[in-house]
Amino acid sequence: MVEADRSSAAETDEVVSTAPVKVDVRNLTISYSGKTALRDVTLDIRQNEIFGIIGPANSGKTSFLRALNRMDLFIPGMKVDGSIVLDGREVRKWRNVYALRRRIGVVFPLPVGLPMSVYDNVALAPRLAGIKKRARLDPIVERCLQRAALWDEVKDRLDSLGSLLSGGQQQRLTIARALSQEPDLLLLDEFSIAVDPVTTMRIEEVLKELKQELTIVLVTNLVQQARRLADRTAFFLTGELVEVAATSALFSGEVNDERTRAYVEGRFG
Amino acid sequence: MSRVTPASIPDTQVMDRRNLDWYVDKAVQVLVFVGGVSAILFIIGIFVFITKEGFGFLTTTFDAQEFFTSPRWRPTSEHNPTYGALALIVGTASVTGLAMLVAVPFSLGAAIYIGEFATGKTREALKVLVELLAAIPSVVWGFIGLSMMNPLIIKLFNVPVGLNVLNAGVILGLMAAPIMTTIAEDSLKAVPDGYREAAEALGATRWQVIFKVVLPAAKNGLVAAVLLGVGRGFGETMAVLMASGHSINLPTSIFDSVRALTATIAAELGETAVGSDHYRALFTLGIFLFLITFLINLTADLVVRGIRKK
Repeated sequence: MVEADRSSAAETDEVVSTAPVKVDVRNLTISYSGKTALRDVTLDIRQNEIFGIIGPANSGKTSFLRALNRMDLFIPGMKVDGSIVLDGREVRKWRNVYALRRRIGVVFPLPVGLPMSVYDNVALAPRLAGIKKRARLDPIVERCLQRAALWDEVKDRLDSLGSLLSGGQQQRLTIARALSQEPDLLLLDEFSIAVDPVTTMRIEEVLKELKQELTIVLVTNLVQQARRLADRTAFFLTGELVEVAATSALFSGEVNDERTRAYVEGRFG
Repeated sequence: MSRVTPASIPDTQVMDRRNLDWYVDKAVQVLVFVGGVSAILFIIGIFVFITKEGFGFLTTTFDAQEFFTSPRWRPTSEHNPTYGALALIVGTASVTGLAMLVAVPFSLGAAIYIGEFATGKTREALKVLVELLAAIPSVVWGFIGLSMMNPLIIKLFNVPVGLNVLNAGVILGLMAAPIMTTIAEDSLKAVPDGYREAAEALGATRWQVIFKVVLPAAKNGLVAAVLLGVGRGFGETMAVLMASGHSINLPTSIFDSVRALTATIAAELGETAVGSDHYRALFTLGIFLFLITFLINLTADLVVRGIRKK
């Protein structure tokens, strides 16, 4: 039994390691007004994988995501050191940060249905990018809603307010909206906090399919969610990267640090 | 057995006493109710008072056609007094209209800057400053109109009189802008940060975030701010009296002097005999003003409700 587990773990590890690097993070340190939130993190995220990040509150998970799509620009006092190379280009060297953000989809912890219709929610990003014609927008909206497993539930009421959908629907709407800009990197920040278990499972299925087309970084405080979804998982603790390894290895006890074993087994956090 | 029972069952008779907290709660409920109802009663009282004073005029001398279509307001004429309020209505409307043209861009701009761009100390300083501006007494604004704007307009535009629609409109606009800014800024602040973050994450530029997401989300409050400014414009008396020229006139350009409804009441009421036609006619103007303000507020309310429903 243990043998089988190990070999499958090794297999996944091998598959993952052959994929090219999507995001290369070196010596990333993040602080807010001098208070360090993340210290000297070095890791890489590979093409078409789901990269899980687990850790208790205040471990620097969200700060990590913020640095990836350069949200630090609008947060007073947030300072980022080190390097984040996305597709071979340092993100902080982008002169047009808006163009960078359009390549990165973000799903926040609490569902944010913008106070406009379901259709307009999903069409917002394409419209910002200059697509105005309904004939071109319609298929984009339908495709994104379908990919987010929401189309069947809202196709008859695309004109109703997005903020009036249920929590789980709004979260899928947020995913559809994040997909509408055709990102090749999708960041999810504890997406299931305000979503019921059934919807969570549906979204998880969606993510597994999306993995074929894009790279996903999944920050979660549900250890089991990382186990179910992530190809590789990083464990952050109080602003430090404790370790990063293939998920199967992490959960079968092949850890370098006792803290990881304790956290994964649910002994703290 | 019977001696054990009372000890095991709690004595609800004792627990259920009305204590001090209960009485305080009741008293506060009554106080709040009286406060709420009295506000309504006062408004009804004011309306009844104005209507009563103007009623004699409304039923006898009042001629709706003359009131609304004639610009001749000559209540003191000995032989043939006329009560045409058209010039006064147009005067008030033109000054208010111009004031809004001045105040809306200023106040929205200021609100967007304070709410969306300014940070830290700049923001706090600006907010205090705007609130300070809102506290300037209207007679001071009138003074500025009379002694600074007047010569400035004469010099700049080469017109004979500087007390006109332009002067009063600008003064009124500057007067209304601070309070409109404060309300508009409050409504921008009420837009959840999550909306901004979500739009930013979609690659929206700061202007796109403001125009596509923040302003639409805040439109109820913004409409309320503008309508409050309109209400202020209709109701303002002293500054308009001092800056508008106070002459009965149907203006054909912004350089014509006008007279406002409010200013007419303020200037003439003290010189009329109580109960005379003139006195009552002024109260009729009051009823008219009251109805306009009521309509503006009602519209604001309906607009806000309509938006909410959709």
